[in-house]
Amino acid sequence: MVITRKVEFSASHVCRNPDMSDRDNRDVFGAEANPLGHGHNYVVEVSVSGQPDAVTGMVMDLKDLKELLNREVIEPYDHRFLNFETPPFDRTVPTPENIARDIWTRLEPGVASRTRKLHAVRVYETPDLFVDYFGESPCSE
Amino acid sequence: MFRVTRRYQFAASHRLHSPQLSDAENQRVYGKCNNPYGHGHNYVLEVSARGPLDPMSGRAIDPDALDDLVMERVVVPFDRCNLNDEVTAFLFTVPTSENLAVEICRRLKESWDAVFPGEWPKLDGVRIAETPRNIFEIRANEIESSHR
Repeated sequence: MVITRKVEFSASHVCRNPDMSDRDNRDVFGAEANPLGHGHNYVVEVSVSGQPDAVTGMVMDLKDLKELLNREVIEPYDHRFLNFETPPFDRTVPTPENIARDIWTRLEPGVASRTRKLHAVRVYETPDLFVDYFGESPCSE
Repeated sequence: MFRVTRRYQFAASHRLHSPQLSDAENQRVYGKCNNPYGHGHNYVLEVSARGPLDPMSGRAIDPDALDDLVMERVVVPFDRCNLNDEVTAFLFTVPTSENLAVEICRRLKESWDAVFPGEWPKLDGVRIAETPRNIFEIRANEIESSHR
């Protein structure tokens, strides 16, 4: 069984790789490379898979998940300029893919237990663009 | 692995009518969707690709390249069209949203390698909402193609 909780945060970012020229950054990232930055209302859906506990009937207490999300996502991400304020984006391009992976890394220790595991992290950069990350499984068929 | 999804919209009309059924049977099977003059929907299309991150860009796919492909093969040819009369695939196939999903997926698979010639990203699938309540989804590996 999979349960999902959603959180939202607003943040600014710049998508540019310092190892690439300004021109290459423009080619790869387009308007997202504007050096002064811009922002999004991000929506994050975190999914946890497992079996409901025999006593509580819950895969994970959503209250605990909410607190974990507040601490590991809202606190470091909400109303921040990600490139300056939210490591690892001082050295990693804050694409939605990298944001999804960073959120996965932050949440995984607090979610995983004997009976459940982190299933997916979905990050909406806009309502028309979202990324699902399923962990470091190989990209098989 | 990552799955990246982009959402697109187009508006089109269609009529559900199978030449293999009598008029009465068509009416019974398709109901209001069999109206001889057709009717339209605001279709919402989600196209998903999957793959690992490119280390330089930190992305699994170039969304602008995906946009160009989907616009050229799907949105421009389908938007503000009569699917029965203007899309070759539906001259002989009923444009149900199941068949529409298959046709969209087929078109994207057909052009995929020209736009994304590397091993990654791969087309994962398409999901099309005919109305906000009716949603149809197909994985790319469910349909035949000369590619992949």
